[in-house]
Amino acid sequence: MKEPKQLSVSAIQNGTVIDHIPARNLFKVIQILGLDHIDTQITFGTNLESKKLGKKAIIKISDKFFEDADINRIALVAPDAKLNIIRDYEVVEKKVVEVPDNIIGIARCMNPKCITNFEPVTTRFRVVSKKNVSLKCHYCEKITNQENLQII
Amino acid sequence: MMKNRSLVSIDDLSTDEVLKILDEASEFEKNPVQKLLEGKVIATLFFEPSTRTRLSFESAINRLGGKIVGFSDAGVSSVSKGETLHDTIRMVSNYSDLIVMRHPVEGSARFASEIASVPIINAGDGANQHPTQTLLDMYSIRKTQGTLDNLNIFMVGDLKYGRTVHSLMMAMSRWNTTFNFISPEELKMPEEYKLYLENLGLKYYEHRDFTDIISRADIIYMTRVQKERFSDPIEYEKVKNVYVLKNSMLANTKPNMRILHPLPRVNEIHTDVDTNPKAYYFEQALNGVYTRQAILCSLLGIK
Repeated sequence: MKEPKQLSVSAIQNGTVIDHIPARNLFKVIQILGLDHIDTQITFGTNLESKKLGKKAIIKISDKFFEDADINRIALVAPDAKLNIIRDYEVVEKKVVEVPDNIIGIARCMNPKCITNFEPVTTRFRVVSKKNVSLKCHYCEKITNQENLQII
Repeated sequence: MMKNRSLVSIDDLSTDEVLKILDEASEFEKNPVQKLLEGKVIATLFFEPSTRTRLSFESAINRLGGKIVGFSDAGVSSVSKGETLHDTIRMVSNYSDLIVMRHPVEGSARFASEIASVPIINAGDGANQHPTQTLLDMYSIRKTQGTLDNLNIFMVGDLKYGRTVHSLMMAMSRWNTTFNFISPEELKMPEEYKLYLENLGLKYYEHRDFTDIISRADIIYMTRVQKERFSDPIEYEKVKNVYVLKNSMLANTKPNMRILHPLPRVNEIHTDVDTNPKAYYFEQALNGVYTRQAILCSLLGIK
């Protein structure tokens, strides 16, 4: 018998589709983009099969279009994410995320002796490596690398 | 212009600004008692004890006629009542023209500089930065060698955790410096710093043994090998007497060579070195007063 081929998540008329999110980081992406605070229709699927990622997640947000600077904030947790901009059911533009030069208020400094882990200070990092993400803390000057990256 | 800026890290200063501070420090050496800080109140906030650094700053301030408020132990301040650093700094900004701060938490000085309405001088933030130590080390090197260029600097002891050697290495890498690192395997210079020198095309050599190799040195910078840095106490026992400088080892060293040490010393420089004219560590500490006078005046825009 032939497998039925169908979309796991239904199409949207206008808005943004974010694909190729690692399934384990779906909720981090939701948090970083503040999707839990917007009032347009959102559908998401997770634990979908992906050759590249193993399990991936996808988010479809109706009537919402992001600025590049905003969307690049998810690069830390979804570096391979691809965006499709949809207008009238058609993909009118495709985008990939890019790791920004500075990361503000998203990641935690891995140095337990850093001031940002003692007082309510907004964390700030300079990205010293974009490939294997490596962040230098603006305060304690220590490096936080990909393996130790925690999203606040 | 350095006026109203903070000094958190040596990297905050351009090479010209570093040289300007060293030039001004040499003016203070000629004439250390001047009423330049009259009417100024300087806060010295020592959230952890550091007798040497605090006395050096307070001596610098007193000789310039400034007044000091502050504390030398967080136990006697409102920190013990649970006040945040943020609130302490906001409050002390109101009472003083400049804040000198030592704090055990890394990055605390950068944070303080962002919330204070007056300049902050970082007098050490944990294992991170201690820029006034670096400047006084550079002042001592330039004064004894006549230049900061084309020198061969030997660093000995704990090169892994030693904040002072890392900052000095980074600062001296602005000039054509050759580095020699002598340390036990467990305490060798971290890769990131060696990579930094490689990228600049500067030469460095690593040694496990403290031998006659020092005959090439212009500066020997000694540091303390601390027992608590070793995971295996047997390793410490093996090396504790290996990285000790004795007078007999200095016979073949260059006439211009000088021995520096950030102090306090324990046993890594034998007391028989103290009377050798190449021993410079106590003068180095005195240079700290002149250097800090220059830094205080620069940040306050005086002179």
